[in-house]
Amino acid sequence: MPHILTRSLDRASTIFILIVAAIGVLVPLSNLLLPEGSYFQVPTYLVALWGKYACYAILALSIDLIWGYCGILSLGHGAFFALGGYAMGMYLMRQIGSRGVYGNPILPDFMVFLNWPELPWYWYGFNMFWFAALMVVLVPGLLAFAFGWFAFRSRVTGVYLSIITQAMTYALLLAFFRNDFGFGGNNGLTDFKDILGFNVQAEGTRAALFFLSCAALIGTFLICRAVVTSKLGKVLVAIRDAESRTRFLGYRVESYKLFVFTLSACMAGVAGALYVPQVGIINPSEFSPGNSIEAVIWVAVGGRGTLVGAALGAVVVNYAKTFFTSGPLAPYWLFMLGALFILVTLLLPRGIVGTFNAWWEPWKAGRDADAASAAREDGVEPKPNPAE
Amino acid sequence: MSITLIDRFRAAAISLFLLVALATPALAGAFEDAVAKFANDEFSDTAEAIEAVAASGNRLAFPIISALNEERLFAVPESKKVFIKQADDKIIDAATGAAVDKLPDGASEVRLNNRLRRAVDAALGGLTLMSSDPAARISAAQAVFKSHDENALKTVEEALAKETNSTAKTAFAEARAAIVLFKSDAPETDKLDAVAVLKSKGDQEALALLTSLGSGQPPLIAKAVAGAISSIQGNLAMWSMVQNAWYGLSLGSVLLLAAIGLAITFGVMGVINMAHGEMVMIGAYTTFVVQEVIRTSYPGLFDYSLFIAVPLAFVVAGAIGVAIERGIIRFLYGRPLETLLATWGLSLVIQQAVRTAFGPTNREVGNPSWMSGAFELGQITITYNRLWILVFTLAVFAILLAMLRHTSLGLEMRAVTQNRRMAASMGIATSRVDALTFGLGSGIAGIAGVALSQIDNVSPNLGQSYIIDSFMVVVFGGVGNLWGTLVGAFTLGIANKFLEPVAGAVLGKIAILVLIILFIQKRPRGLFALKGRAVEA
Repeated sequence: MPHILTRSLDRASTIFILIVAAIGVLVPLSNLLLPEGSYFQVPTYLVALWGKYACYAILALSIDLIWGYCGILSLGHGAFFALGGYAMGMYLMRQIGSRGVYGNPILPDFMVFLNWPELPWYWYGFNMFWFAALMVVLVPGLLAFAFGWFAFRSRVTGVYLSIITQAMTYALLLAFFRNDFGFGGNNGLTDFKDILGFNVQAEGTRAALFFLSCAALIGTFLICRAVVTSKLGKVLVAIRDAESRTRFLGYRVESYKLFVFTLSACMAGVAGALYVPQVGIINPSEFSPGNSIEAVIWVAVGGRGTLVGAALGAVVVNYAKTFFTSGPLAPYWLFMLGALFILVTLLLPRGIVGTFNAWWEPWKAGRDADAASAAREDGVEPKPNPAE
Repeated sequence: MSITLIDRFRAAAISLFLLVALATPALAGAFEDAVAKFANDEFSDTAEAIEAVAASGNRLAFPIISALNEERLFAVPESKKVFIKQADDKIIDAATGAAVDKLPDGASEVRLNNRLRRAVDAALGGLTLMSSDPAARISAAQAVFKSHDENALKTVEEALAKETNSTAKTAFAEARAAIVLFKSDAPETDKLDAVAVLKSKGDQEALALLTSLGSGQPPLIAKAVAGAISSIQGNLAMWSMVQNAWYGLSLGSVLLLAAIGLAITFGVMGVINMAHGEMVMIGAYTTFVVQEVIRTSYPGLFDYSLFIAVPLAFVVAGAIGVAIERGIIRFLYGRPLETLLATWGLSLVIQQAVRTAFGPTNREVGNPSWMSGAFELGQITITYNRLWILVFTLAVFAILLAMLRHTSLGLEMRAVTQNRRMAASMGIATSRVDALTFGLGSGIAGIAGVALSQIDNVSPNLGQSYIIDSFMVVVFGGVGNLWGTLVGAFTLGIANKFLEPVAGAVLGKIAILVLIILFIQKRPRGLFALKGRAVEA
C-alpha cells in the first residue's frame, strides 16, 4: 500500500493535495470562527459556491480518468452525477418526514400531491443514510457497468460511443421529467431539511459539507493517481493511443475499459451526492446533454490527461461562469463558453496544465540531464508526455 | 330488394307530389296561423308551430326554424306577430318576410325546452335535406344518421329518390339505414339491408350505432349486427394502422430531412458536426426573414415565400458551412472528439447570436395557402403541410442521390469517402472537396429548416431538438450510406408512432433510444455499414 502512495505522488500532485487540503480546512474555519465582516472571513454563500466547485472538480477528474487516460469520451457523465445526486436527494427527502407541506410522515410532498397511495418499492431503504450512501456509488456504477458491458464488448468506440452516451443521458432526462416515474417530475427533489440530523441550511453543516467535498476531491484524486500510475494505467494509455494494437498484444481491452468506466461513474455519483445538499435541489435538467458536454470542456480547458488540470479546469471555467453570468456580461456568457470550446480545441489542445508541462518539462529535463551528467547517474527514465 | 325499394321510392314520390299539389294552396293561410302560434308562449303550441312550419314548404320555413334554434326568433304575445332577427341585426316579419325597422315593444324571445330543441333539430335536418347546396344536404343527412329519428324517414326517402350527387346519395342511404335499423316495425329484410349499408360505411359512427342497438333483436339480425360490428372493428383497426403508418412516414420524413445533411458531413467526412441543428435553425430563420420582407413589401408574393426561402436558405447555411469548415474544422481532421467539442461550442455561439438578433421567443412563420388545410383519405385525415414535407424530403433525397451519382463533385466526394489518400494521389483537391461537402451538408440542413419552420416553432432552440434524433438516424442507418439514412429515418419514425399509442409519447421515445443503444451494440456500424477490412487506429 505505501508504495502505491509514494509512486502516485509526484511533486505536482503533492502540491495539489496540500492546496486542496489547506482550502478544505481553512475556509470552513474562517467561515465559522472569524467574526462576520472581517476581511479574512469567508461568507457562507462563498463556502456553498466553492463546495459546488469542488464537486465539479470531482466530476472533471472522473471524466479525465476515462477520456484523458483511456480515450473514452463520455458525453453522458452528467447522468452518473445526477443519479448520485438523486440517490442523495431521496435520502434527504425521506429525512423531511412530517415537516413537509402536507405533513405526511412517509410520502414526500410531491407523491402526496400526485395521490400516490404508498411509497414505491425503489424508495425503500432511503431513510437510512448508509443505504443511500451505498446507492450513490452503486446505482451509477451498475448503470455504467451494464452500459459499458454492452458497448465495449461489441467494440463501440470513438464518436459512436460518445453519441450513445449522449442518447443515454437524454433518455434518462426524458424519463426523469415524467411525474409517474416517481422522482418528482420536472420539479425534482428539493426543500431539504436535515442531513444526518444536522440542518442543511446551517452554517456549520455547510462548512462540514465543504470540508467533506474537499476530502472527497483529494480521495478521488488519489484513486485516479493510483490507477494511472499503476501498470493498469499504462495499459489504459496504450488503449487510448492504439486500441487495436493493445488488443493484438493480448490485453482484454474491453475489461480494462469496463473497469475504468465503472470506476469513473462511481466517482461521478459521489460528486453528485455531495453536490445536492449544498445546492439544495436536484432536478432532471442535470441530465441534459449540454451539462455533460460542458463538463468535458472543463477537462479540455484544464488539460486532458493531467489530473490536476482537470480539477483546475472545472474550477476555472465555473468561476468564470459565476463571474460572468452574475454581472452585466450575462448575455455574452454563452458566446464566451462557445468560444472557449472552439479556441481550446484549436489553440490549446493540451489545456492549461498540459501546455505548461510541455513548456516546463523539457526545461526541467534539461536541468535534470545536466545534474545527471554531473553526477554520472544512470537509470533516470524519461517521462512520457501525458498529453500526447 | 330492389323492387321493394323502387316501389317505396315511387310511393314516396307520388305522396310528395300529392302533398305539394294538394296541400300548398290550402296551407297558404295555414302558414301564417302556424307562425302566429309561436307567439302563444306555450311549449305545446311552439311544438305544433315547428311541425307545421317545417311541413309548410314555405321559403321562410328554414329562416324561422334556424332563428328559433339560434334564439333569434322574437314574438309579441298581444299582436301575435313574430319577428326574425337576422344575422346582420336586421328585423323581418316571420309571416310575410317584410322588413321591419325595429323590434316592437313587448317582443320577447321564443323559448325552447329540451324536447323542443330536439324537434327543432329534426325539423332543421328535414329542411336542409332538401337544400340546394350538396354540402348542406350531406351534413343534414349525417345529422339524421346520428339522431336516427323515425319522423325523418319519409323526408330522407324523398331526398334519396331525388338525389343525383353520389356522395350525398350515400349519406342519405346511410341515414335511411340508421332509421330503419331502429324502427321497431320495419320488416326484417329491410333491417338486414340496413346492417349491410352500415357495415359498408365502416367507421366509428356506424360502429357506435350498431353497438347501441343492443340485444333483444331477432336472431338473424343480431347475427348480422355482430358480423358487421366485428367487420367494422377489423376495418377500423386497419385504418388505425394506416394512420400510424402515415404519422410514422411523416415523422420519418422530418427525421430524414434533418439527418440527411448530417449523413453527408458525418458519412463522407467523418466530421461530427454538433452545430448541424443550428444550420437547420438558420434555415428556419431565413424563412422567417423572407416572409417578413414579403409581408411588409410584397404581400401578394406570400404564397411563393417558400420558393424564395429554399434557395436562399441553402446559400446562407451553405456559406456558413463552408466558413466553418475553412475556419475551424479543417484544423481538426483526424481528431473527431475535438471536432465534436469545437462544433458544440460553435452551436452555442450561433444559438446565442440568433437569440441576440431575433430574441429568445418563438417567431411566427406562416403556412402558404397551398400548404394549409387537410383532406380525408378513407378514415384518416391528411394535412397538406405534412404531405408536402414528405414529398419535398423525397425530392431532396433524390436530387442529392443524383448529384452524388452523376456530377463530378459527387464522384470526387465518393472517391474521398472511400479512400482519402488515394483520391488525393489521383489529383483530387481533397481540401476543396471537404469544404464543398461540408457546405452541401450544411446547405441541405438549411433547406430542412425551411420545411421544418412550417410545422415546428421557430426559436433559437429549434436545432437542439433535432440534433440527437439526427445522430440516431445516421448512426442507426449506417455512416456513409444515404440509403441507410433513408431506411433509418423511416424505420425510426414509424416505430416511434407505433409505440406511441402503446407506451405514450415520452416512454415511446425512451424505448426507441434504448433500442438504438442496444442495436448499436449489435451492429456498431449501423444498418448498412460500409464493407471494409481496415482496422481503425
